[in-house]
Amino acid sequence: MILLSPPDWAAYQGRFIALWTDAQYAYALYQPAELVAVALEGGTYPALPHAGAGWYQRLAFDLHGFKATGAADTRPAIEHFRAADFTAPWPEFAAPEVEGVHQVAVGPIHAGIIEPGHFRFSVRGEEVLKLEARFGYAHKGTLGLMRGKSPRLAARYAARISGDATVAHSLAFAQAAEAALGVSPSGRAIYLRAVMAELERIANHTADIGALAGDAGFAFLDARFALAREYICAAAAMAFGHRLMMDIVIPGGVAGDIAEGGAGEILAVLAALEAELPSLTRVFEDYASLQDRVIGTGIIPPHLAAEFHAGGYVGRASGQAHDARVQPGYPPYFEHMLHMPVQQEGDVAARIRIRLDEIPESIRLIRDMLFALPAGALAAPLPPGSGMGLGVAESFRGPVWHWLHVDNGTIVTAFIADASALHWPLLEHAATTAILADFPLINKSVNGSYAGVDL
Amino acid sequence: MVWKTTLGHILGKATPPTAADPARAAEMRARVAAAGSARLGRSLAIRHVAAGSCNGCELELRATQNMVHDLTQYGFTFTPSPRHADILLITGVAGRNMVEAARQARAAMPEPVLVVACGDCAVDGGVFKGSPAIAGGAEAITAIDLFIPGCPPTPTQIVQGLLALIEAHSFPPKKTRR
Repeated sequence: MILLSPPDWAAYQGRFIALWTDAQYAYALYQPAELVAVALEGGTYPALPHAGAGWYQRLAFDLHGFKATGAADTRPAIEHFRAADFTAPWPEFAAPEVEGVHQVAVGPIHAGIIEPGHFRFSVRGEEVLKLEARFGYAHKGTLGLMRGKSPRLAARYAARISGDATVAHSLAFAQAAEAALGVSPSGRAIYLRAVMAELERIANHTADIGALAGDAGFAFLDARFALAREYICAAAAMAFGHRLMMDIVIPGGVAGDIAEGGAGEILAVLAALEAELPSLTRVFEDYASLQDRVIGTGIIPPHLAAEFHAGGYVGRASGQAHDARVQPGYPPYFEHMLHMPVQQEGDVAARIRIRLDEIPESIRLIRDMLFALPAGALAAPLPPGSGMGLGVAESFRGPVWHWLHVDNGTIVTAFIADASALHWPLLEHAATTAILADFPLINKSVNGSYAGVDL
Repeated sequence: MVWKTTLGHILGKATPPTAADPARAAEMRARVAAAGSARLGRSLAIRHVAAGSCNGCELELRATQNMVHDLTQYGFTFTPSPRHADILLITGVAGRNMVEAARQARAAMPEPVLVVACGDCAVDGGVFKGSPAIAGGAEAITAIDLFIPGCPPTPTQIVQGLLALIEAHSFPPKKTRR
């Protein structure tokens, strides 16, 4: 960590990832893993000019009350209903000033089986002029609950930051705790973690590609991909004891070994998926009315993705060749060369293609890792030490960063940055490149986590 | 010609879906038939509300609709509108920002309404119990008829829970439940 003066802090150049505060400092994280800090003066710190900083500054104010001086955007991030009886009036949105424009309100309860969030569209006819997304509906005070607990105990909160990326969040949290306390997990634990993380990636990619086809009205692909996910979850339950592999990655290692026959089960399921995938991809590419919906829809131009330093398939579909497994990288990926698909179009189709390309790559990684699975202890004990630690893992949707300050074995401050925080502003832009009826498709293709940003 | 590709796929490479447990599915269908559902009919619409979950429950809830678990075979469907719903299914804690919205969804449903709390968070707050940002489990929103524990509950547990709900309400009650 580098402590900067306020002018240096505001002028610091780099690929911005996240910003947060504790009682004394404001911290900013830049790629690949540079952490800078500035001392708070009277509960304020200078606002950062980076595109992605807005959300974090609003969040810091709602969580701790520390203000970013000079910040343009001071809307509440997660605190909308402070009244004790939860009946405060609904938040107001700025009325459109152009004639002929009206607003469409969607949420916080959505039509499908999804998380809560509010979208406010300003539309003229079918054309979307502006989208304002409001979050905080899934706010559960997770960061506050972590404080005062041991890393081992707080790991169950990390596993529930975003259920679809539970392995990746647990992994980033474990790495942060291990860095803070100077513990190194065994080779076996590292490999088992990576196998779970890649399984989670395939499960989410298959389910989401299917759901996208389903949103466009093509039930066949939805059914086949949902089935693929189901089999992966069943294999995960057999091998690791939980369908989503929740609470298995813990600080120091893993909570349990892979079951006997688990590796065979996983490999069999992946072989079936690998055999079916080329044919499913061909169906996706052949179906003209599906292609018509996804090509050129919801465009995130590369320059905008670069401005927000978007990671994951959102970034990679818009020309950003970044993957936390490569840069900054973490074991065991140093030993397994990774093929990183990158596209320039930035539309819904490009994001689907990236995810289709990543499935065989993850299958290959799992095969290699299960084959090379070393023997060793499952978990190393955590000493009750003190220190700060940063951890990163590439979830299926992009990098997730965990930062921990541990004092005498208990957590003083924790912060978690999900990739979604940098993706949501891009969705707000992408929505304006299409008509209102395309929004479900665009939203699903970006697939930001609501719970992951509401913390 | 997409139909050729699709047909070729179905006839050729695709592995046929296996039911989660054919014996159990048959048993559950028999239970639905035995319950008769005199009061509820054989078609129940569910309105799902995520009131503050981690999205794990939503994943498994969606999985109940896949070819393996196939919730529809027991007569359950998900509906976007609370006006068409018989069951309100709540996942997640009662987040402070969601209590009012979830209550409005409950109020918009025609009586009689059955309310299901799905997942540990909805049952009693789960791991988030005691957080100042939440009002508690789903009971903080409205009265609950059925609790389905699990973090997250498996699709099989969700389906079995919903069947238990039908069985409990299979005979017409003496007076209208509130």
